[in-house]
Amino acid sequence: MEALLALMIGVLTACGVYLALRARAFPVVLGLTYLSYAVNLFLFAMGRLSIGRPPVIDAAAAGYTDPVPQALVLTAIVISFAMTAFVIMLALKARAELGNDHVDGRES
Amino acid sequence: MSHLAIAPVLLPLLAGILLLLLRHGDIRLRRALSVAAVVAEIGLAVALLLAVSGGEILVYALGDWPAPYGIVLVADRLSAWLVLTTALLALFALLHALRGIDVAGRHFHVLFQLQLFGLAGAFLTGDLFNLFVFFEVLLLASYGLMLHGGGRARTRAGLHYVVLNLAGSTLFLFAVGTLYGVTGTLNMADLARQVAAVPADNVPVVRAAGLLLFGVFALKAALLPLHLWLPAAYAQASAPAAALFAIMTKVGAYAILRVSTLMFGAGAGPLADLLGGWLLPLALATLVVGMLGAVASTRLRAQVAYLVVASAGSLLTAFGLNTADSIAAGLYYLPHTTFAAAALFLISDAIAGRRGELADRFEPGPALPAHALLGGLFFVAAVAMAGLPPLSGFLGKFLLLRAALDHPWWPWVLGTVLAGSLLGLIALARSGSLLFYRARPAEGAPPPRQAGLTAELAPFAGLLLLGVGLTVAAGPLSDYARATAEQILQPYHYVHAVLGGGER
Repeated sequence: MEALLALMIGVLTACGVYLALRARAFPVVLGLTYLSYAVNLFLFAMGRLSIGRPPVIDAAAAGYTDPVPQALVLTAIVISFAMTAFVIMLALKARAELGNDHVDGRES
Repeated sequence: MSHLAIAPVLLPLLAGILLLLLRHGDIRLRRALSVAAVVAEIGLAVALLLAVSGGEILVYALGDWPAPYGIVLVADRLSAWLVLTTALLALFALLHALRGIDVAGRHFHVLFQLQLFGLAGAFLTGDLFNLFVFFEVLLLASYGLMLHGGGRARTRAGLHYVVLNLAGSTLFLFAVGTLYGVTGTLNMADLARQVAAVPADNVPVVRAAGLLLFGVFALKAALLPLHLWLPAAYAQASAPAAALFAIMTKVGAYAILRVSTLMFGAGAGPLADLLGGWLLPLALATLVVGMLGAVASTRLRAQVAYLVVASAGSLLTAFGLNTADSIAAGLYYLPHTTFAAAALFLISDAIAGRRGELADRFEPGPALPAHALLGGLFFVAAVAMAGLPPLSGFLGKFLLLRAALDHPWWPWVLGTVLAGSLLGLIALARSGSLLFYRARPAEGAPPPRQAGLTAELAPFAGLLLLGVGLTVAAGPLSDYARATAEQILQPYHYVHAVLGGGER
């Protein structure tokens, strides 16, 4: 499970970095989104992976998983969601005002 | 538990929410409320400074959850010093905005208060993830302020600024996640303990996380080679926003100073002095590049933005020398350079508004109305920014150079700082003479804006008076800076106040 998750985070990060380095606003926004997915999974994994264990106190539980990374991921998801919405609006505004979606505002 | 430590964080948040609720109300009411909130913030910052000036460290446990399980706010001398600098700067930036810029777009006052909320929170928090959250708050508000007023060039610069900072935020989360994965805590005082006791296997992981963290802070502080976003963003933002942004690079410098002294200070065992060989050379290179950019600029606003890069270089040079004397010099220099840069942004707006089509480009144009007053004030601001006597910039640089004499690299530091000052002087003298002396005779058309010069320049004069105040009170203030430096170089007190022996 650890290897699969590590591989997923790696692939998401690689795709995110590649797309964020493109010259058009849309791939850049997609790249930043992939990067935020990767970092969310990464934060989640930092509490160690476990199956079938509750994060909050439960009389029947054999053990617990770390609840802090889950709270961190929740915060990070909310923030990255808001930031993505903002950057999409900004990219649309730039597309309308500059006449194209090149990140420097000019063709070629 | 005193509530003083959280008051400077809550006040701008509440004011911002109130302003949002009143967004359809009378503009005069909103302006009065905004100014009143900033004045009250100054009062709170002064109270906080007085409360911690004796060396006490105020710890505020949110929800009364004990550290390290809950989030804490920590006010020590360093935090209080920066909160006061921010509040004073904000007052004059806001007064400038009241002259019409605040109605050029929507929600200026709301965003302004939320920016102050983020800044105060970033300076006062004692939790690394909380620092990330406050960084996001102040960045999101700054995106809005940066784009305030609209326009093509501003949108393009804004897109770069936003995308770059989003990438920076992602790296911040990677670093925070790694540190949590290894140490199991996010409280900065607890991290200081855990980092010092990290097992040998994990030392490289913590080192990587620490350096990633410094990379993010270097992006905010505009340290070479991560300074490229700053000149375009600051040169395009509206004048009050740019003036307020003068404190934003200092947030990065503060975070570098806080994390490097607290978590990776002398007591951190194998990870002590993590930044050792990096910070000083990069800071000196930033200083040179900033000054060269200032000499090469073709517009006044861009020139001031490059001077902000150079001042970040000077500041980080002081922090990079990493002695009590040099950090004290840097802390004394910090408010000075913030106020001087903000003053230059405000006066370049006043100059650009009187040159019609030419705006702030360095091309000879018709003589400015009231050029004697404008030119005189520009001269004073330039003297402050270049660090010439008699103003406080000179004292700051003098303290820095004196502190550098004990360092093995002193010839490099002295040479670079002095050559950088000379370049800055040349750049400002050239722009001053181009704007004010090489005037063409006016061609019939009357100058566009005449009235209200005195009122327009009042915030600017206020910032200069703060600089004069820094000079007059140099004795007590540099003593305070010295005490601050000694306090942060002994992280034991901070750790003890947060974790040991309960509340104060």
